[in-house]
Amino acid sequence: MNDLTTVVDWSRWQFALTAIYHWLFVPLTLGLSVLVAIMESLYLKTKSEKWLMATKFWMRLFGINFAIGVATGIILEFEFGTNWSNYSWFVGDIFGAPLAIEGILAFFMESTFVAVMFFGWNKVSPRFHLASTWLTAIGASISALWILVANAWMQYPVGMEFDPAQMRNVMDNFWDLFSGIAVNKFFHAVFSGWALAGVFVIGVSCWFLWKKRNQDFALLSIKSAAWFGLAGLLLTMYTGDGSAVEVTKHQPMKLAAMEGLYHGTEGQGFTAFAILNPDKDWNNDEDEYIFEIAIPRMLSILGRHDANAFIPGVTDIIEGRDIINGDTVNTVSYAERIERGKMAQAALRNYDIALEKGDSVAMNVAKADLQKNFQYFGYGYFDDVKEAIPPIGVTFWTFRIMCYLGGYFLLFFVVILILVYRTRLMERATWIQWIAMASVPLMWVCSEAGWAVAEVGRQPWTVQDLLPTKAAISEIPASSVIVTFWLFALVFTVLLVAEVSIMCRQISKESKKNLSSNKA
Amino acid sequence: MIFSFTSIFLLISLLKLTDESLSKYHTMETVKKIWFFYRDGFREMTVGKTLWMIILLKLFIFFVVIKLLFFPNLLSRDYDTDADRADHVRKELTK
Ligand code: HEM
Repeated sequence: MNDLTTVVDWSRWQFALTAIYHWLFVPLTLGLSVLVAIMESLYLKTKSEKWLMATKFWMRLFGINFAIGVATGIILEFEFGTNWSNYSWFVGDIFGAPLAIEGILAFFMESTFVAVMFFGWNKVSPRFHLASTWLTAIGASISALWILVANAWMQYPVGMEFDPAQMRNVMDNFWDLFSGIAVNKFFHAVFSGWALAGVFVIGVSCWFLWKKRNQDFALLSIKSAAWFGLAGLLLTMYTGDGSAVEVTKHQPMKLAAMEGLYHGTEGQGFTAFAILNPDKDWNNDEDEYIFEIAIPRMLSILGRHDANAFIPGVTDIIEGRDIINGDTVNTVSYAERIERGKMAQAALRNYDIALEKGDSVAMNVAKADLQKNFQYFGYGYFDDVKEAIPPIGVTFWTFRIMCYLGGYFLLFFVVILILVYRTRLMERATWIQWIAMASVPLMWVCSEAGWAVAEVGRQPWTVQDLLPTKAAISEIPASSVIVTFWLFALVFTVLLVAEVSIMCRQISKESKKNLSSNKA
Repeated sequence: MIFSFTSIFLLISLLKLTDESLSKYHTMETVKKIWFFYRDGFREMTVGKTLWMIILLKLFIFFVVIKLLFFPNLLSRDYDTDADRADHVRKELTK
């Protein structure tokens, strides 16, 4: 393995590790903040102390998660500047603008209102306190909005023009950043946080039931979390469907990888279960699957909302074949993309030479040549079309893990809702309490799997079609990346152990108090 | 950061204080109000103290150890002007 491959791979692992770790905290912050705000609203409306106690209890757990999670995302920005400096420069203000807005607006909203939320009981009016709780929740979602908009731009770069003099993408329309991909991504991620918080609250409350402590409090929490989680899950599914349509439109190769599909058809089925054939390649005649159970026409419905639509597979895309409304349409094949990408890069090289000579006429000619083929710029880094295929197995399985667990949690919320309104059943049925507790980590697996689909499925691109990972990387020694990878692994493990143990200790301590009345 | 502190300042000065706290705070100036708001808040914390220790330790590890020792911004460190940075990236992306 040469040094470039090692640096790229270790940097990717390092980025993945940091992002996975960061995402352990974010969805719980997004969901629990809203659930707590709802509970506090109910308290203000009913003046019932049970809602106040529930609000305070879950708010404390929110606080622990917030405190341990805060600033974990900043490491991703460090990595941009060191490992991915070409990328950081290339994306320019497109990435910078949303992140700057995030830093200023959402961060200040959060840090201000979080303080009032925790310190303000009895110091500010109840209405003002409630407003702060809601603003904390809204601030957290707004933070996520900017990051997800920036991420969506990498998947579908729009609203910018590339300037070879600055070597950056310059934003020409801010509102274009809110593409269908961005909007679906935002709502899918936020609502998935609601579902995750619902499962978390139910899991913890079931531990109370199992321990026979504060059962009224636990049942109240389960009721509200189950409704909240169910609403979040249904919205997650709805927006997941929207995401699938957007991916089909703008990242067909990702969709093909999600399905392990090489040769598409009209009315394409969805593979419910399959064993992928490891010998399958885009240009051989091997079967795609060793074993397969498919739901007829389902992928066409999912991807194009049309049971008869054609869904292209990896080979179709590489060869430049699509069928739209029954007509075969020739898209640009990958071989041609590679050629045009190389032409764009040659034009940029000419621009560089002309710039050094101060020859403005030659610069203009080179710039015009560059613009003609810029949309395929990144393909110029490949020597073989194979390099543009994402890892099929990981994308295929993580997509199924997300969807199957999504289905499981739908059933889970429904069963919990049925049981919780038959109070005695819920209190006695230890099997469901155990299932609920065991479901908590599964929900995190589901959520992280979602990110794996989105990010592994778009490989090898850091910016779709424009910049593959091997061009985005900085010239740094592999050894330093390997050292920092293990350093992060250590720091993150220690912090995670601290979070889980503080959280568990807090839950256990609080469970011994009377959580039905403030006077206890 | 500056924005956060400014906003905290503005916000607390606009707080509608409850009757109970009014009697305690009404003579104080805004700055004092903010000070007491935070001081009392921190004092009353239980699990919060451990969390603050973790936050501070974490920020130290992230910003002092990790950032300063291992994660320089390469283009800012190695080049003085944006034109030089652009030049470097252009050469990198076309080599
Ligand atoms: C069951 C129906 C679901 C469908 C059809 C679905 C669909 C999708 C698709 C297509 C993506 C990739 C989007 C992209 O690459 O831009 C995605 C990503 C993601 N999914 Fe799902 N999903 C479902 C359920 C869930 C559930 C239950 C969760 C977690 C509670 C979840 C969490 C995520 C996350 C965190 C991402 C990454 C962020 C994003 O790209 O939106 N999904 N989902």
